[in-house]
Amino acid sequence: MTSATFAPTAEPIAIPIREALPWVVFAGLILMLAIYFVGAEEGATSLIKGMYVHEFVHDGRHLLGFPCH
Amino acid sequence: MVGTLLIRGMLIGIVAGILSFAFLKTVGEPAVDRAIAFETQMDEAKDKAKADEAMAKGMSMPKEDPEPELVSRPVQAGIGLFTGVTVYNTAFGGLFALAFALTYRRMGDFGPRTTAALLAISGIVAVYIAPNLKYPANPPSVGDPDTISMRTGLYFAMIAISLAAMIAAWMLRNRLVARYGDWNAALIAGAAYLVVVVIVALALPTVNEVPEGFPAVVLWQFRTASMGAQIIMWATIGLAFGAWTERAETSRSGLRLKAAGF
Ligand SMILES: [Zn+2]
Repeated sequence: MTSATFAPTAEPIAIPIREALPWVVFAGLILMLAIYFVGAEEGATSLIKGMYVHEFVHDGRHLLGFPCH
Repeated sequence: MVGTLLIRGMLIGIVAGILSFAFLKTVGEPAVDRAIAFETQMDEAKDKAKADEAMAKGMSMPKEDPEPELVSRPVQAGIGLFTGVTVYNTAFGGLFALAFALTYRRMGDFGPRTTAALLAISGIVAVYIAPNLKYPANPPSVGDPDTISMRTGLYFAMIAISLAAMIAAWMLRNRLVARYGDWNAALIAGAAYLVVVVIVALALPTVNEVPEGFPAVVLWQFRTASMGAQIIMWATIGLAFGAWTERAETSRSGLRLKAAGF
């Protein structure tokens, strides 16, 4: 059975956690920050002064289910 | 590998955002407008009552200047809505890709399409449906500005607990598969998730700030629009990400077969 040695490992495997972890931490943080700006900035907490971000994304914030006024 | 998945997820997220925006613009905005009309009516009635009271006491009412509008309604309902919804969808596309990278081939013997579909179903239940059954989406004019910190905290706590319970349920399912089989293991894990979330929802305080006389139909329309946008987002991401990844994987293993001389 020489063909057995050629049998390709087509079975896909999981991505090693060590490879995924830096991506998950850094990209995950930035993506969650983006969601925070749409969902909660200048509401319960505020990183930027004023109300412009809140007012600009206001309809989206309500319709996406975030608590607002 | 993870970088490729991340870009893929975010690209699909942009598409989901455009679809969601089109949906919310047509289905959600009318309810927002009606809610704002109600709010204006209430404010005017309050001002008039104050003026009448002042008149009765023989004083003249100092005219209050209306608050300056920072962003006009057309901008809020147009480019503002588009920006908010697209950023949100793109971010969720990216987070979905990261979740896929962590869970693919760890959730069970599933291919990319099935993994993505299962992730999307678990995601919408854990992140939107369960938290929103407890703390439903509210249109403008529903909600007391003084309680925004409490409401935001409760809402995010509900999402965090629900998501943690969903992850725990999946781990439970994987442990039980060998003993009870696919179907029964999933049923037990699903029941466990449900029990945890119901108990937490009952334990957390209720928020009801719907003003007296607010039209029930508008509330219903607003909440169904909100739900619709979430279904569009999770369905688009779950289905498109799975199909794309499955195709990429088959063509890669095809190449491998060719290289091996098949
Ligand atoms: Zn608001």
